[in-house]
Amino acid sequence: MLPASFALLQEAAGVAHPLAGTAARWMWALPLLPLLGFVINGALSIVSAYHAGPADPGAHPHDAHPSVEERHEAHTGHDVTGGGAHGDDHHVVVRHRFAGLATIIGPGVMVLAFGLAVAIFAAMRGAGDAALHTPFVQRYFEWMPVGDLRIDAAFQLDQLSMVMILVITGVGMLIHLFSVGYMQDDPSYPRYFAYLNLFVAFMLVLVMGASYPVMFVGWEGVGLCSYLLIGFWYLDKANADAGKKAFIMNRIGDFGFLVAMFMLYANIGTLEFEGVRAQATALGPSVVTWICLFFFLGCTGKSAQIPLYTWLPDAMAGPTPVSALIHAATMVTAGVYLIARSNFLFSLSPVASLTVVVIGALTAIFAASIGLKQWDIKKVLAYSTVSQLGYMFIGVGSGAYVSGVFHLVTHAFFKALLFLGSGSVIFAMHRAYHATHSAEDAQDMRNMGGLRRYMPWTFWLMLAATLAIAGFPPFAGFFSKDAILGTVFLRARESTLADAHWLGIPGNIILYACYVLGLAAAFMTAVYMTRMLIYTFLGPNRSGERERDFLGEAPWIMTGPLLVLGVLSVAGGWLNLPESIPIGRVGLLEHWLDPVVGESTLRITHGAAVEASSTIEYSLIGAAVLIALAGIVVAWVMLRPERLVPKREARQEEGFERVLANKYYVDEIYDDAVVQPTVGVSRNLLWEGIDQGLIDNVMVKYIGTGVPRLFGWLGSQLQSGQVGTYAWVLVVGVLFVLGAFTIR
Amino acid sequence: MLAEALFFSAVLFTIGVVGVLTRRNAIIVFMCVELMLNAVNLSFVAFSQVYGVAGQVFVFFVMTVAAAEAAVGLAIIIALFRHRQTVNLQNINLLKG
Repeated sequence: MLPASFALLQEAAGVAHPLAGTAARWMWALPLLPLLGFVINGALSIVSAYHAGPADPGAHPHDAHPSVEERHEAHTGHDVTGGGAHGDDHHVVVRHRFAGLATIIGPGVMVLAFGLAVAIFAAMRGAGDAALHTPFVQRYFEWMPVGDLRIDAAFQLDQLSMVMILVITGVGMLIHLFSVGYMQDDPSYPRYFAYLNLFVAFMLVLVMGASYPVMFVGWEGVGLCSYLLIGFWYLDKANADAGKKAFIMNRIGDFGFLVAMFMLYANIGTLEFEGVRAQATALGPSVVTWICLFFFLGCTGKSAQIPLYTWLPDAMAGPTPVSALIHAATMVTAGVYLIARSNFLFSLSPVASLTVVVIGALTAIFAASIGLKQWDIKKVLAYSTVSQLGYMFIGVGSGAYVSGVFHLVTHAFFKALLFLGSGSVIFAMHRAYHATHSAEDAQDMRNMGGLRRYMPWTFWLMLAATLAIAGFPPFAGFFSKDAILGTVFLRARESTLADAHWLGIPGNIILYACYVLGLAAAFMTAVYMTRMLIYTFLGPNRSGERERDFLGEAPWIMTGPLLVLGVLSVAGGWLNLPESIPIGRVGLLEHWLDPVVGESTLRITHGAAVEASSTIEYSLIGAAVLIALAGIVVAWVMLRPERLVPKREARQEEGFERVLANKYYVDEIYDDAVVQPTVGVSRNLLWEGIDQGLIDNVMVKYIGTGVPRLFGWLGSQLQSGQVGTYAWVLVVGVLFVLGAFTIR
Repeated sequence: MLAEALFFSAVLFTIGVVGVLTRRNAIIVFMCVELMLNAVNLSFVAFSQVYGVAGQVFVFFVMTVAAAEAAVGLAIIIALFRHRQTVNLQNINLLKG
């Protein structure tokens, strides 16, 4: 039913796009497939909730008389980060009775979506670069016709959205497959896949929307799914709180997104990407700057940048594959995508672009330094993600849109691998602790160590990902990180950004400073990633005598996706080789994205491609490699895994280390500066003052009941019951009327 | 002639109104109402001298209605007296809200 009407709409619009007859006409099915999975899995979840079986929460025939150990485990089995592979600790594991069906549908729709994405990609390649200067837009129906504003429900396919679609469906498919193993014993198995499918559907809407409002639908939708999945094990209050934190901090950012949209509409009257692109130059410079800054506020929320980054480390409360998919590979990169998509706006505003660069650089170094002293393996990766997102913003902020997107893609590969690998480790640790009824923390690196002997596949894959994120050649992260840092350096030499001033400071000084910050962050990245690898996989094992027997490699359904991601992490750099290292086709991604961002890049570089001399280029690369090596070596030399003790025996850190371990007390500062005043004002002023005092007491009790009673009393006084009084009133009334007529 | 009759009618009507407003005995109030009706009757008769007999026809209607009203009104007063042992209007305030 749907395809026919779509085709009719296309013909009516007279679209003769080169992609019109190809597989791209099925692009509406991309988000619909995961949505279908969501509907079916959600239905399975609801059905099983109403017919409680042995595997459902709330029906625990085996737990009716828990033993002492089980009770102990139930009370202490979770630390505040809500770790562990299982929501509630079932002693007897019974798989969900719809697990088989959910396994087929959840990952199945992702395989189909990825297949379709590849087919569309092939169609785009087949159409040729020259034909694809305008995006392929499909309009489905008029969504919001209000006055002059006309917003269509429309999807757009161009080179940038294609890259994102491939990452989302590809990495998403691998993570769905991994989840089959990771979540196998979870009592809410279909619900998990329902949420995960829904997330992918919204993420695809986000990257495929042809206008800002459609993108905003996806933007909000992924926020919702993020909330649902962070609080997936909602029985633990810490998890539910983490979900709320993420949701609320994202609302602050979404406010910026909305204001930016309103300003765009007020100034140029359209919200479609192509319309905005055509009229962007008509906007005044200060208007563009404000629009870009408000959009960037949205990015800081969604992509966890200073000052709104604190929700992302807490988001690790969700299942680990969720952290991999949503909080590393896809959703948190939506802000980067937004800036790359709005390149026609950001390239017009050097001030806003410099703001993006500065915030990105500060976030990169700030989060990296926190990552140095985290003990929770997922927290290390979470701060690493924040830091790497900062890199991406350095890239897209400095007008290196291709480098930013390139790093987005490679980061999706190696960070998904790192998260899934850590998930594999947590899975093994949790299984071991579960088998021995231990209540130890399965995510704390002090409880790990020496896991290389027990899970060699995971170790080697994690090693590849670590080298990739540290920027070690020739792994993927080396090329993308080098591309970003190199571009910032070149932009500092000559660009509209370098000519501009930011808070009175010349732009080129800012860019040089950000380059140095980026290098420092790269050094720290190498250190904390090596630290994570050493503490987790090398040295003596600290998990405990009895647990050691239960440690082992995860099932193949989990290791398989890791392997694919490992290959991508190693080879991802070949997507966009720099000209200085021609070990394959050079600049594939750059060439591919040129129709989308080429014009804006030229605008920033004064209309000419900035060519660096090969001396500069090679010294930049050399500096990056040296930094990465130095970080790895420093970590290797300084860290002594033999001296580590398990978490329960560990002492508190001292001095600056404690500041780092406590994340610079930012959460506490926010709590004191924002949360507590807000709660205080809400409680004392809004609740007890206005609601209870003013409305309940003054308005309802006094005015609401008093005023009607007063009028009633006054009226009743007129009714004396005396006939004489009534007669007087009658006569006076008659005389008044007669008098009125006579006088007139 | 007409002017004197109308003047006399107005005087009678005013006496009736003042009586209704000031007296407290229900029977006297009732009689004052009758006085007002007859003041109007006098006006009708006086006008019929000038404008034709239609006024006199009205007078008969008014007298009929007044007779019926007197019957009903006196019956109410008697019923009231039986109930309250008084016809003083100040003591009767059944309509009080």
